[in-house]
Amino acid sequence: MAGSSTEYIPHHLTHLKVGEGFWSLHVDTLVMTAILGIAFLWIFWSAARKATTGVPGRFQAFIELVVEFVDGQIKEVFHGDRSFLAPLALTIFVLVIFMNTMDLIPIDIPGMVAGTAGAHYWRVLPTADANTTFAMSLTVLVLVILYSFKAKGAGGYMHELFGSPFGSHPLLWIPNFALNVVELLSKPVSLAMRLFGNMYAGELVFMLIALLGFAWAGALADGNIFGFAVGFVGQVLLTAGWAIFHVLIILLQAFIFMVLTIVYISMAHEHH
Amino acid sequence: MEYIALVQAYTALGLGIIIGLGAIGACIGIGIMGSKFLESAARQPELIPTLQGRMFLLAGLIDAAFLIGVAIAMFFAFANPLLARLEG
Repeated sequence: MAGSSTEYIPHHLTHLKVGEGFWSLHVDTLVMTAILGIAFLWIFWSAARKATTGVPGRFQAFIELVVEFVDGQIKEVFHGDRSFLAPLALTIFVLVIFMNTMDLIPIDIPGMVAGTAGAHYWRVLPTADANTTFAMSLTVLVLVILYSFKAKGAGGYMHELFGSPFGSHPLLWIPNFALNVVELLSKPVSLAMRLFGNMYAGELVFMLIALLGFAWAGALADGNIFGFAVGFVGQVLLTAGWAIFHVLIILLQAFIFMVLTIVYISMAHEHH
Repeated sequence: MEYIALVQAYTALGLGIIIGLGAIGACIGIGIMGSKFLESAARQPELIPTLQGRMFLLAGLIDAAFLIGVAIAMFFAFANPLLARLEG
C-alpha cells in the first residue's frame, strides 16, 4: 500500500522492471503471462486427456462449448483449412480472457502478495501493458504476411502490394505500396491499442474507486460516522457496479481480438 | 510555479476535450447502431441471434477509440509526462 492518495495511483501504475530505458523487461507482465499461459494449456490439456465419447461431465462440456463457439465463429468468416487457424483463435481468445480477468482481482492484493516476496511493484494485469498487446498483434501481423505469401505466392502477393488499389502501371507502384503498407500496419496498431486502451482505462477506474478508501479511512479517523458510511458503501457499490460492467468488456475485447485476427488472416487468403 | 499551474490548466482542458469529444462520437455511433439493430430485429426477428453477435462486436469497435482516449486522458491526469519534464 502506498502512503497517500497522490502516491497511490502512480504506485499502482509502475511496473516491476529489470534493466534501464528501452532495454527493460516488465517482470510482472512476463511472469503473469507465463502463469496464465501455462494455466490455459493445463486446463485444456487435462480436458482433452479426460475427454470421453460418452456422456461428458460439466468440465468437458464447458470446454467443448468454448471450442465449438470459436470454431463456429471461424466457420462464418473463413472457408478453408481450419487446422491452424482454429487453435490460434482459441489460444488468443482464452488467453486474452484469462489475462483480462486479472483485472477483477482487488487491486491491492497482488501488490501485497508480491510485497511478501520482496517486490515493491506488481501490476497484475498483463493486457494493461502495451508490450503484451503489441506482442500479440505483431504476431498476428507476421501470420497475416506469411499467409498472404502462402495463399498467393510471392509473385501474387507482390502484385497485390504494388498494383492493388490504383492499378499496376509502373508509375503507380510507389503510391500503391505506400497505401498497402499503411493498411498493413494499421491492423496491429488498432488491434493492440484497442485491447490496451480498454484494459488500461478499466484498471484506472478501479484505482480511482479505490481512492474512496482513503476518504472513508480519513472520515473514520476524524470520527465522522456519516462520511465513513457514505464512503464505504459508495466504494463497495461502485466497485461492484464497475466490476459487473467490466466482465462484459473482458469478454467483448477477447472476442473482438479473436474475430479480428480471423478476419485479417482470412483477408490474407482473398485474391484481388 | 506559474508554469506548473499553466501546464496543469491546459492538461485539464485537454482531458476534458479528449473525453468529451470521444464520448460524443461513441454515443452517436452506439445510438445509430442500436437503433438500426432494433429496426432490423423488428423486421426480421429470426435474424436476432446472428445480428446480436455482430452488434456486440461493433459495439466493442465503436467503444474502442473512446476508451483509448479515456486511457490516454487518465494517463495524463495521473502521470503527466509534460509536467515531469518541467519539474525535472
